[in-house]
Amino acid sequence: MVILIGERINGMFKDIREAIINRDPEPVKKHAILQTQNGARYLDINTGPTVAAEDQPAVMEWLVKVAQEASPLPCCIDSTNPDAIEAGLRVHRGKAMINSTTADQWKMDIYFPMAAKYGAAIIGLAMNEKGVPKDAHDRLALAMELVANADAHGIPLDELYIDPLVLPVNVGQDHGPEVLEVIRQVKLLATPAPRTVVGLSNISQRCPNRPLINRTFLAMAMACGLDAAIADVEDSELVDVAATANIILNKEIYCDSYLKTFRQR
Amino acid sequence: MTVAIAKERWASRCLETVLGTGPRQVKVGGDATLPFLHFEGEIPNPPVVALEVFDAPPQEWPEFLTGAYEGVLSDPVAWAKRCQDYGADLVALRLTRTHPDGENASPEEAARVAAAVAEAVEVPLIVLGCGVEEKDAAVLPEVASALSGRNCLLGCATQENYKSIVAGCIANGHAVIASSPLDINLAKQLNILITEMNLEPNRIVIDPSIGALGYGIEYAYSIIERVRTGALMGDKMLSMPVILLVGQEVWKTKEAKTPDTAEWGEHKKRAILWEVTTAVSLIHAGGHIAVVRHPESLQYIKEHIAKMMQPQKY
Repeated sequence: MVILIGERINGMFKDIREAIINRDPEPVKKHAILQTQNGARYLDINTGPTVAAEDQPAVMEWLVKVAQEASPLPCCIDSTNPDAIEAGLRVHRGKAMINSTTADQWKMDIYFPMAAKYGAAIIGLAMNEKGVPKDAHDRLALAMELVANADAHGIPLDELYIDPLVLPVNVGQDHGPEVLEVIRQVKLLATPAPRTVVGLSNISQRCPNRPLINRTFLAMAMACGLDAAIADVEDSELVDVAATANIILNKEIYCDSYLKTFRQR
Repeated sequence: MTVAIAKERWASRCLETVLGTGPRQVKVGGDATLPFLHFEGEIPNPPVVALEVFDAPPQEWPEFLTGAYEGVLSDPVAWAKRCQDYGADLVALRLTRTHPDGENASPEEAARVAAAVAEAVEVPLIVLGCGVEEKDAAVLPEVASALSGRNCLLGCATQENYKSIVAGCIANGHAVIASSPLDINLAKQLNILITEMNLEPNRIVIDPSIGALGYGIEYAYSIIERVRTGALMGDKMLSMPVILLVGQEVWKTKEAKTPDTAEWGEHKKRAILWEVTTAVSLIHAGGHIAVVRHPESLQYIKEHIAKMMQPQKY
């Protein structure tokens, strides 16, 4: 059953950026509610690139609190700043998700203990400071590093979400099949298998017909066994694709109201 | 080297449905694991067994079945009390006289019988219509009103006739049996339609339309299993308890009707075992309420349940 993580509470978007500047909770609440109603299971929370590093922990704390006042969902706390992530975890209610660590040892040494301490799930990116690997094999090698380190910290492996790193199809076209192959093969790395997640909207950056590309890739990735996607949950037809793929994969028992039951899970 | 007990971590559990009022109220469902796997999750309520009462003397029953209800076959109130004395957890009143091809008794008349039976017993009451969808849609709301506040289980509602029956249950505080023809997709869809009328999900009981042993039991078995795993994996529209209408299926089989033969042995023993085996198998698939006819079947099934409710020791 694919887990949709709503991407919309992100300071990269103008309305959220302004909400952060004015400390206006309404836009954050609006998107928290909308994404919850549309079938999200987590709310991604990201302060965006314009918040200064020293302000990020306070902003993250505020965003998590506001989002959770409006929605019962847990948050996917999204930052490259460990202090901001920990600030979010500290005020979070329920089981959070950390977004993310790379396969760099010094980062894994920070984030896996944090996940263990707060009982959070964690996203591990199949990359390191050398950048995004070219092919499936190199991504899988980094995924294995993530698995070994998560296991050493006692993180249950079904709470580790491997992100094989989706690149825009217009500039990184040859990465598409590699990412799909990683999604298939990650399941072989351990028992229980690690889960997989993608930043879905990345596939269509600066392309025309973005929703079409996003929806098509979601169905393809789900057929390869994708467990979760950070995505535009406010795109109702994208959610319809997720619900339909879910039914075709026999993950949920069919009924005529399957588009509705997916949103109500 | 030690052996670790493998335990499934289920995401969810079955809904718990409460039937009846007062001290002999019955709770079914609430299971957080597969049937009788106590080591893996909580089983707060054992499966229960109901005996059937007819509003008119049944035809074509073998002597050893009518014999169990001698003297009360024409009196549903006395019959229901007999069932209670036999140890039935619930009594299931079947309104056969309302059948349009038979007596075609009016909804008001059926409601009077149901009210009299409800008044006479302390255990919760199940009321089953004649099975003709249009007639049940007229009869069951009237019954619901006559039994108002008694928290009975009324059925069967189908995709064709659920609206009036569910409305009657909502207005009078009853639970409903949602019946589908051995089809898990339709079972789920009917539950959705019923909850869209604002009946709480824990006031619905699933009737998958079972087949008896030798007559399609395996279809029912696998559907009930899928309902249970669906519930445990978090499918809210498959989380309702399951009712098994065993008696109505078993007593029409050749094996339950044929007198003593050299090949099949003693009639009575065979027929009761047919009823017990059907019920017990489907309880192991995930059924919660078994409705049977012979009091000896009731005893055997209850003994089996009592044994299975003893937790495993690891």
